[in-house]
Amino acid sequence: MDAVAQWRNQWFDYTHYLRREGFLDDQFAQLKKLQDENSPDFVVEVVSLFFQDSEKLLNNMARALEQNVVDFKQVDACVHQFKGSSAWIGAMRLKNVCINFRNYCEAQNLEGCLGCLQQVRQECLALKNNLENLFRLEQQIVAAGGSIPVME
Amino acid sequence: MEACNCIEPQWPADELLMKYQYISDFFIALAYFSIPLELIYFVKKSAVFPYRWVLVQFGAFIVLCGATHLINLWTFNMHSRTVALVMTTAKVLTAVVSCATALMLVHIIPDLLSVKTRELFLKNKAAELDREMGLIRTQEETGRHVRMLTHEIRSTLDRHTILKTTLVELGRTLALEECALWMPTRTALELQLSYTLHQQNPVGHTVPIHLPVINQVFSSNHAVKISPNSPVARLRPRAGKHMPGEVVAVRVPLLHLSNFQINDWPELSTKRYALMVLMLPSDSARQWHMHELELVEVVADQVAVALSHAAILEESRRARDLLMEQNIALDLARREAETAICARNDFLAVMNHEMRTPMHAIIALSSLLQETELTPEQRLMVETILKSSNLLATLINDVLDLSRLEDGSLQLDIATFNLHSVFIEVHNLIKPIASVKKLSVTLNLAADLPVYAIGDEKRLMQTILNVVGNAVKFSKEGSIWITVFVAKSESLRDFHAADFFPVQSDNHFYLRVQVKDSGSGINPQDLPKLFTKFAQNQSLATRNSGGSGLGLAICKRFVNLMEGHIWIESEGLGKGCTANFIVKLGYPERSNESKLPFLPKMRATHVQTNFPGLKVLVMDDNGVSRSVTKGLLEHLGCDVTTVSSTDEFLQVISQEHKVVFMDVCVPGIDGYELAVQIHEKFTKRHERPVLVALTGNINKMTKESCMRVGMDGVILKPVSVEKMRSVLSELLEHRVLFEAM
Repeated sequence: MDAVAQWRNQWFDYTHYLRREGFLDDQFAQLKKLQDENSPDFVVEVVSLFFQDSEKLLNNMARALEQNVVDFKQVDACVHQFKGSSAWIGAMRLKNVCINFRNYCEAQNLEGCLGCLQQVRQECLALKNNLENLFRLEQQIVAAGGSIPVME
Repeated sequence: MEACNCIEPQWPADELLMKYQYISDFFIALAYFSIPLELIYFVKKSAVFPYRWVLVQFGAFIVLCGATHLINLWTFNMHSRTVALVMTTAKVLTAVVSCATALMLVHIIPDLLSVKTRELFLKNKAAELDREMGLIRTQEETGRHVRMLTHEIRSTLDRHTILKTTLVELGRTLALEECALWMPTRTALELQLSYTLHQQNPVGHTVPIHLPVINQVFSSNHAVKISPNSPVARLRPRAGKHMPGEVVAVRVPLLHLSNFQINDWPELSTKRYALMVLMLPSDSARQWHMHELELVEVVADQVAVALSHAAILEESRRARDLLMEQNIALDLARREAETAICARNDFLAVMNHEMRTPMHAIIALSSLLQETELTPEQRLMVETILKSSNLLATLINDVLDLSRLEDGSLQLDIATFNLHSVFIEVHNLIKPIASVKKLSVTLNLAADLPVYAIGDEKRLMQTILNVVGNAVKFSKEGSIWITVFVAKSESLRDFHAADFFPVQSDNHFYLRVQVKDSGSGINPQDLPKLFTKFAQNQSLATRNSGGSGLGLAICKRFVNLMEGHIWIESEGLGKGCTANFIVKLGYPERSNESKLPFLPKMRATHVQTNFPGLKVLVMDDNGVSRSVTKGLLEHLGCDVTTVSSTDEFLQVISQEHKVVFMDVCVPGIDGYELAVQIHEKFTKRHERPVLVALTGNINKMTKESCMRVGMDGVILKPVSVEKMRSVLSELLEHRVLFEAM
């Protein structure tokens, strides 16, 4: 039980950290709620789907921005999708970067767009790492015989 | 012997005398004969000689005299009778002719004399005409010079060119030694030497303006001769032996623009003159002639006109430059203002989002918490948290509303609501706070107050809460009475507010609310300021009210939107105060709601917790979005199908699907068009599924577009479990859902 308690504490600390830093917001908690006996891996599935989608979207955006004549509308459409997805999984920081990105697209500012793309990649990577850590923690809790606590 | 008729010539010793006589007679005869010849010769030569007859006569006379003398020659010696006869004839004839001539000459000599006089007269006349011709020619030249000068002067609108040209041309025309212009200084007390013909640097030299010579010149509009020694004429250091030429000075009126209304110039009230001084060359003995003076006067007038034109041009140029500057400044200010407004709107939009997010988190999680296992104490706490956060959310909304109120873009959410319960709820909310301060709150609803009314419930409640809250805040003790009744027509006419025009009709009634407190009261002088934004009364502020001063300002705006009037009465400090307001509400049965854009929202009587087997269709092109929405709905027990494009949608949609969620802010997929198509496909209302739009931002435009295409609801995404639950509940109960998030 001690190990479980330890892991649980660690889990609480970690989620607090993630919430504080803005990596995740309450929408993520909503997602967690949808996980029940019928769909035990709901969150993991959604998150993997998100990262798969984001790969594709990021590649599209990078390619579009490399063209001689940049089609900002296309980039904007990709960012819009990305923003929507981020909002659905509760990735707040990503969503905010996307908002900036969209502004740059509207202003047709190539420099700004490239900067934002870089930022998006970084945030994505950071989020991926964080979520992987979180899921590993959860696995360990389950392995130690405990139950994953409810996210506040 | 008979007397002998022969006369013995005397040949005395005076034979010499006789010889001389003989010779003289001969010469006389010769001369007498040659004179007519000469006369004839010269008269023939001359073209004009009117007196030929006289000449003939005279010729005859002379000839006869000569003949006489000639014949005399023969009488010196013995001569015959014939000679004597001839002699006598000749003498007689001569006598006759000479007498005739003498008589004739009496007439002729005066004539001849008068010819001479006439000749003299004509010569004089000719000389005079010559002189006058010379004069006219000079004048004509002068005139030409004036025209040329004027042309030169008037061909430029530049002040300096005008004056310089004047001096140069005048100098040339009149062959002046020096020409100078003295302008009055700003103080009009001195004349400053501004322009000269020959000197290079004339600046600085000044003379006082009130010298007698200057006054003399200024007082007449003619050119005046002045002494070369006067200060205005002493322009050059004079080398001793020069005899200075004559100097003339003339005034040049400096016309101001305002003087042009007067018809006769230059006899104006203008007092400003410049002085033009012209000097003839020294040692030239030239004098100023009348025509030259006139020329100078004419030029001075022309210069005055040219200068005033130049002044007008300068004025208008300056005015135009000033206007351009102002235009630029105004443009800049406008752009800055626009930027500021944009910045503010951006700020509001961001704050909107930022503030609402945590609020939603709090509200959502508290409501979730409510559903878990709680002890009664915990439940109470959670309920209070929920209520407070709802109030806070409303407050946030309204702070943001205030800016929309300022823009005039706020619209009331008109709906039917329970009027009585509004007041009861306000009473319930206020009672605990009032009881802490030991204030009693009495609510008095009139008997004829309708139970239901049509209006904006939320804002009405806010207004009442604010007014009552103020009453509680500023009363330390005593009681608060809230009276609510319907204002009757007679009492309405008493209100002479500037912007309140009550109109009676069958569809509406005027609700009158009076909140009387026994608190600290308000100074009557401060009453007008109460409704000003952010302006807090000093004495009230000391009570640590903690408000931002927005409350009453917002209330006033809400009341105005509801076509009403709000005012506060107070008899003074310490005497309590009464807040009153009147708003216009509709009667629920008799009003026509078709003109209102919003459908009436019925309060949900219960919220379903689960929707087993409900067939739902979700259309969204975003994979993540799709899976989460699906997960959400499946968690609530629905049977969910997802599609990602319009074609798929149209293939899959059937009568079995009860609810459709479609994302309308997908670029490339026209959700609105799709909604129209669905309406066309399912004409009967009960066959058609409920259409709900999912969108990332809710504003008036989105809502209106959704309503226009026949959607039944709009939800802001992402959606929480709670939200989804209540949405589905409401939709299934009423088939309609429109609310702002």
